[in-house]
Amino acid sequence: MFLARVIGEVVATIKHGDLGGQKLLLVQPVTPEDAVTGKPSIAVDAADAGPGDLVLVADEGNMAAQVLQRSRGPIRTVVVGVVDQVEVGGAAG
Amino acid sequence: MHFARVVGTVVCSTRVPAWTGQRTLLLQPTDPEGNAQGRWVVAVDLVSAAQGQRVFYVRGREAANALADPDNPADAAIVGIVDAVWAHAWTAPGDS
Repeated sequence: MFLARVIGEVVATIKHGDLGGQKLLLVQPVTPEDAVTGKPSIAVDAADAGPGDLVLVADEGNMAAQVLQRSRGPIRTVVVGVVDQVEVGGAAG
Repeated sequence: MHFARVVGTVVCSTRVPAWTGQRTLLLQPTDPEGNAQGRWVVAVDLVSAAQGQRVFYVRGREAANALADPDNPADAAIVGIVDAVWAHAWTAPGDS
């Protein structure tokens, strides 16, 4: 899993059946200090996240299937939580 | 899942049986704004994407799962055609 910032939404009418009815978020991986790290990717939203939220993103197929309560399909990147607080080295950040 | 643009078609008269009837397209990965980024990828096409269209694709084991029979060697699969990307105004402190 990694920390990411929700920086947008993706709209797609034509998509794989397993993605039907799923909200697609554009997530930018960030460090705990909120600095950009790595490339943005598209994730299925399972945590009701919104614009600007700091979120926890899982990038593994089996976990995605469990979170979405379905058999294994083509989904691997899922927003699984909205982060309230991150502590690094014991100091609240 | 990642953004890409369809830049071509890959035709193989001989290939693994699991891909029978499946189209394979040549993709140029892009950033969310559509600018080319990184090296080309060949992906199986699940959404009948056309030349020049912006799409998104999944990589790894989940690409094979996109086909009806998951027992196939795909490592990239196009799973959606991009209609729109709404970017929210947000700039990370480390991005300036």
